[in-house]
Amino acid sequence: MTRVSEHLNRALHDLMEADPRVHLLGEDISDPYGGAFKVTKGLSTRFGRRVRSTPLSEGAIAGIGAGLALAGDRAIVEIMFADFAALAFDQLVNFAAKSTAMYGRKVPVPLVVRCPSGGNRGYGPTHSQSPQKHFIGVPGLSLFEMTPFHDAGELFALMFALEQPCLFFEDKVLYTRRRYEDGVVDDLFRYELTDGVARVFVDGVTEPDCTLIVHGGMTHRALDAMRALLMEEDVACELLVPARLYPLPTLPGLDRARHVCVVEDGSEGGTWGAEVARVLHPRLWSTLRRPISLISAADSVIPAAPHLEREILVQSGRIRHAVAEVLS
Amino acid sequence: MVVTAPIPPCLRQPPSPPPREDLELLLLIRHFELTLLRLFEAGELSGTTHTCLGQEYIPVALSPLLHDDDFVLSNHRGHGHFLARYTEPHGLLAEIMGREGALCAGVGGSQHVYHRRFLSTGVQGESLPVAVGVALKLTETGALTCAYVGDGTWGEGAVYEALNMARLWKVPLLVVVENNGIAQSTPTSAQMAGSIAARAAAFDIPHHRVTSTEVGEIRAELAPLLGVVRGESRPLVVEFVTHRIGPHSKGDDTRTPEEIALAAAHDWYARYARDFPEHFAALDLAARERVERIAAEVAARPPSVWERP
Ligand SMILES: Cc1ncc(C[n+]2csc(CCOP(=O)(O)OP(=O)(O)O)c2C)c(N)n1
Ligand SMILES: [Mg+2]
Repeated sequence: MTRVSEHLNRALHDLMEADPRVHLLGEDISDPYGGAFKVTKGLSTRFGRRVRSTPLSEGAIAGIGAGLALAGDRAIVEIMFADFAALAFDQLVNFAAKSTAMYGRKVPVPLVVRCPSGGNRGYGPTHSQSPQKHFIGVPGLSLFEMTPFHDAGELFALMFALEQPCLFFEDKVLYTRRRYEDGVVDDLFRYELTDGVARVFVDGVTEPDCTLIVHGGMTHRALDAMRALLMEEDVACELLVPARLYPLPTLPGLDRARHVCVVEDGSEGGTWGAEVARVLHPRLWSTLRRPISLISAADSVIPAAPHLEREILVQSGRIRHAVAEVLS
Repeated sequence: MVVTAPIPPCLRQPPSPPPREDLELLLLIRHFELTLLRLFEAGELSGTTHTCLGQEYIPVALSPLLHDDDFVLSNHRGHGHFLARYTEPHGLLAEIMGREGALCAGVGGSQHVYHRRFLSTGVQGESLPVAVGVALKLTETGALTCAYVGDGTWGEGAVYEALNMARLWKVPLLVVVENNGIAQSTPTSAQMAGSIAARAAAFDIPHHRVTSTEVGEIRAELAPLLGVVRGESRPLVVEFVTHRIGPHSKGDDTRTPEEIALAAAHDWYARYARDFPEHFAALDLAARERVERIAAEVAARPPSVWERP
């Protein structure tokens, strides 16, 4: 069994081994510490000065990554907590993303900014956010997220091949979870990868009652809800987990969808889900039976105390009840 | 650059123990922090916490130098800052444990406390511009704003933008730098070019370096300097050369045993225990038992209730 954090670590090792142009920058990423979430363990020992622990300077290290990329290399920048990507907003939005186009020709900027995101760990309001929504709709900036289905090495290759800055979100709880392999989730669910999107389904069910669309960090809560819906309410759901969040890739299997529900950890209002619905409504208008439902965290800061945090963030029970209610 | 005190405090023999109330406060903070680490290990706390083990004497020394109308801004390592400002351990522990009586309803937790004239936040560097704003409001009132930052936090650009305006606009801002020679796992020598003194000088802000760990000595050094901050309304940077003897948060100390021993050699706790054994032992036991009672009492409370805005 491979945990997602170990899988990411291995992917970074392989990437740096295969491509001497790749640099890695971030706070406390060097050995023996190996990063706040241990995803960069062993890399500084193995790759020397291509891996640098940096001062607390999120804005500058994003810019330095862009500079390395501009100069012909490739950079991965780790922001210790996704919340602090806000400190790199200017470099990413006003420089890295714009520079790919604002000089009147295509300028390659192969830069990946890794952002450990998400809550349910009691870290409090400034260390728990899922800030994906703040970066959606920026020309020249793509958003990806780690999932338990995708191969991280392939995702890094894909992001670098775009030659434009990418944010790569990695849910902090997902780090601790097992990676799925060989098309099997568990006794009930199977999955397949189609055009970069993971589709999780119940074997033999071709016409699900509901299709859930989530980002990687929401996978397990969605699966828990799907299990309960199937076993206790006789509602069969299918789950789509794209690794690319923006721009949204073509999602498979939606033509038969009776109901679509997008679930996310970002706070309500101006959400990723709203963007998904914007893309899907025209495409599915003639086949949908009702509007796409959006489930997101409350319009709130994320409290530190677990009993309060739980209420604000989306839990499996809420997904289950929302789906059951809309279908009833 | 490895910063060490010219005369290691462990070699200095203070003539007398610190005043009883100072030692009580030092020990309260020490046992509060040790209790948090113990609760974490027992699985009774979630999230994270950053203890100030070894650095307790800094806010304790500053405590009587600060006035009621001063405003204190703190950071991730703020429990000692808080307890030295407002000795309300029940409220702070309730905040950290998410129990009734929490200072901020359990929403902020360890790193985000706003209580009376004390405010902390967990994003490094963010507080210094805010401190300038608060100090601007306090200008010519005789009150000052005291902002605690670590050495690593000088990596953030906002620190410099704030210092520039603090000096330009002559605001009563006391920047307390707890230079413990490390930021999380990264030694200061690997994250700071130049020095804090030279940074302050670049903005024409006076800088004072404190190497003593004796609260009495520190107060005597700082009292006149703080008088200038208040009276003439101008910023001051006070850099404490200090040592973090515990982990950055919990169980994440990757320093070598030698490095940890070196930090521990500066610990006031071991020094007082050695130099004033009888005086110390009784107060130490009393503080330990007091915090145990506080922890038991707070843990038994119902969860905090939050009226969401
Ligand atoms: C903007 C920002 N970046 C990173 C972090 C994560 N972090 C928390 S404390 C810390 C190290 C701080 O070092 P220093 O300022 O020296 O304070 P110390 O922990 O030594 O007291 C880091 C990297 C943060 N909280 N905020
Ligand atoms: Mg430090």
